[in-house]
Amino acid sequence: MGDVKNILLVGVGGQGIILVSKMLMAGLMKAGYDVKMSEVHGMAQRGGSVTTQVRFGEKVYSSIIGKGQADILVSFEKMEAARWIEYLKPEGKVVVNNFEIPSMPIATGKAEYPQNVIAALEKEFATTTLDATQAAIEIGNIRTQNIVLFGALVKALGLNEIDWIEILRENLPAKMVDINIKAFQKGMEL
Amino acid sequence: MKKLMSGNEAIARGAYEAGVTVAAAYPGTPSTEILEHMVEYKDHIYSEWAPNEKVACEVAIGASIAGSRSLSAMKHVGVNVAADPIFTYSYLGVNGGFVLVTADDPSMHSSQNEQDNRYYAKFAKMALIEPSDSQESKDFLLEAYKISEEFDIPVLYRVTTRVCHSKSLVELGERVEVGFKPYVKRLDKFVATPANAKIARGKLENKLKALEAYSNTSPLNKAEYNENTNIGIITASVSYLYAKEVFGDKASYLKLGFTYPLPMDLIRDFASKFETVYVIEELEPFMEEQIKAAGIKCIGKEMIPNMYELNPDILAQALLGTTTESKTVDTNVVPRPPVLCAGCPHRGFFYTMSKKKNTVIAGDIGCYTLGAMEPLGALDSVICMGAGISAAMGMAKSFEVTGRDTKVFGVVGDSTFFHSGITGAIDVVYNKGKMIPVVLDNSITGMTGHQENPGTGKTLMGEDTLALDPVDVLKAVGYKTVAVVDPCDLKAMNEVVDAAMNATESYAIVTKRPCVLIKNLPPFKTKCIVETEKCKTSYIDQSMCVGCDVCMQVCKFDAIVKVGEQ
Repeated sequence: MGDVKNILLVGVGGQGIILVSKMLMAGLMKAGYDVKMSEVHGMAQRGGSVTTQVRFGEKVYSSIIGKGQADILVSFEKMEAARWIEYLKPEGKVVVNNFEIPSMPIATGKAEYPQNVIAALEKEFATTTLDATQAAIEIGNIRTQNIVLFGALVKALGLNEIDWIEILRENLPAKMVDINIKAFQKGMEL
Repeated sequence: MKKLMSGNEAIARGAYEAGVTVAAAYPGTPSTEILEHMVEYKDHIYSEWAPNEKVACEVAIGASIAGSRSLSAMKHVGVNVAADPIFTYSYLGVNGGFVLVTADDPSMHSSQNEQDNRYYAKFAKMALIEPSDSQESKDFLLEAYKISEEFDIPVLYRVTTRVCHSKSLVELGERVEVGFKPYVKRLDKFVATPANAKIARGKLENKLKALEAYSNTSPLNKAEYNENTNIGIITASVSYLYAKEVFGDKASYLKLGFTYPLPMDLIRDFASKFETVYVIEELEPFMEEQIKAAGIKCIGKEMIPNMYELNPDILAQALLGTTTESKTVDTNVVPRPPVLCAGCPHRGFFYTMSKKKNTVIAGDIGCYTLGAMEPLGALDSVICMGAGISAAMGMAKSFEVTGRDTKVFGVVGDSTFFHSGITGAIDVVYNKGKMIPVVLDNSITGMTGHQENPGTGKTLMGEDTLALDPVDVLKAVGYKTVAVVDPCDLKAMNEVVDAAMNATESYAIVTKRPCVLIKNLPPFKTKCIVETEKCKTSYIDQSMCVGCDVCMQVCKFDAIVKVGEQ
């Protein structure tokens, strides 16, 4: 698949994954890459598991990837990282938000939230764990957690030549820009 | 100008550029955004949400007869609902060009089956076009209208979830001002009497022959030869992109965009140049069967799966035997099924029903399908749009004639009621059914992401209109009692269900409370919290709580209280 890079974003419906994918695409397009993105919606928005795939390079054909092909997995929720890990290249990177959202079998006591996710990820993959949700709360709005993760993703991919602050300005409502710039910068630092 | 677009957005743009003036649809994943984006062109295109796919299709057909270029869009199972008019419209032929968009859902990301709707083209004798990405989704539509008008035939425009919901760059064009075809009364053409149909039937066969000749020279069908290759790949739709990803320049391609009637001369010529010919297509062997029947040697479903969507990985494994290395991690991943939202009004109804013994509940397609999920588990069947009431009617009749006393409820939502629940409800009163129809009216088409419907008082174009109330409809068709209840008031909900179970005359229930995700509704001023001195085990996530207070009504220990402004 040559020079094409594959990014897999996963999480739970409502965490703002689609917006991050959209801004990521906008930045990559400005930088002159061919880009393709695939998302699955429908039932996924009802608290289900959500994924988007973003591919970029000189020429991209397929919008989707199979197992073992993502260069980076960014997980907005801890257990979701483990759910989708098979899609990562063995030498790929994981960026994971150290945040738990219990699924229904957990909430009803039928199953327990796995305790060892981060350790299990670290054992097999180059893993960056961050408390994006906590950072977002400290910045002043929990809903900016997706932008904290966006910053961490950009840093992990080394996409520094793109003016991401400009992309934030172009894609967010004016009154939300400053707080999201803070969130993005926080993600770059974590 | 280049713009990043989903396939659905590109189809709407294509309709604009092709000079379409009328579009009608019923929402359904993955097709919904086509009409949502069509509204962006409302200065040029009239677009509507019809009550169901059959109506949508007939509206577009009517517009085509009147002289407009028209479009109707729906998900794959929606075409089953709309099948009646299309099988005859292919006999009649068009005036203004007519395109029916079918959005198939391989792998059933959001559907009850994964039927391959390409067979509808062969079955109903329509032309078939399959774009593979957003650019083609726009460009091929312009060609589709030319074909429809030139060959006097409806065009089935088939996309799949990965075409609809993938985004890629699209070079935009200008709108072609085709205006409209004059309307001329033509009894021989547009009146499908047996005598006219018999003549049209013969003409249709000739049209299909002419279309096959066109197919062999169509700009939508292209051979891409790479040097020193002994593998030839015949492919269409997204499978083309997956094949390119896997084989790159190690194979040559016959990329088909016009796939019924198939360009058999072109295929024969292409296939003759290679030792190995693969037919790569998602789902059924639609092309492969026809190619093999024409005596052309090829390999397809012997190696490639005929179910679920494909991807480059599956193709590489099937055809090259190569597997990509991947690793799992050692932890216990718990499933995350979709659930009814926090504060969803449907919860109150399903919670009440989950406590009722000796009842059966037929469900339907929509958010309330999730009433089947644990811990509610309050559904017994889900089949298709509208079956919530009519299948329940059949269950009730079965229990009745075989002497069983099980009570049967049938559940539909407001949009589904208008779609095809109404006819089932009429059957129940007409044929004295002993089932209880329940319309869960949340004032919106929920599961597909909040589209207007005949009950919401707004049109797709944003105009105010009459808001039809399921209560009035049920009364009008003859229900003696139509109980209206707030499903989040559990005591009242329970009383209504008990009254329905004991009723001796026709009884219907309409629950009324808007979807909690509707924007601009007055927000609940209060939230619920668990008093920690009374309960140590439960908690309420304050970011999710909408203050519906159903939990307060359920808690036996009075451990939940309301906080905030009363």
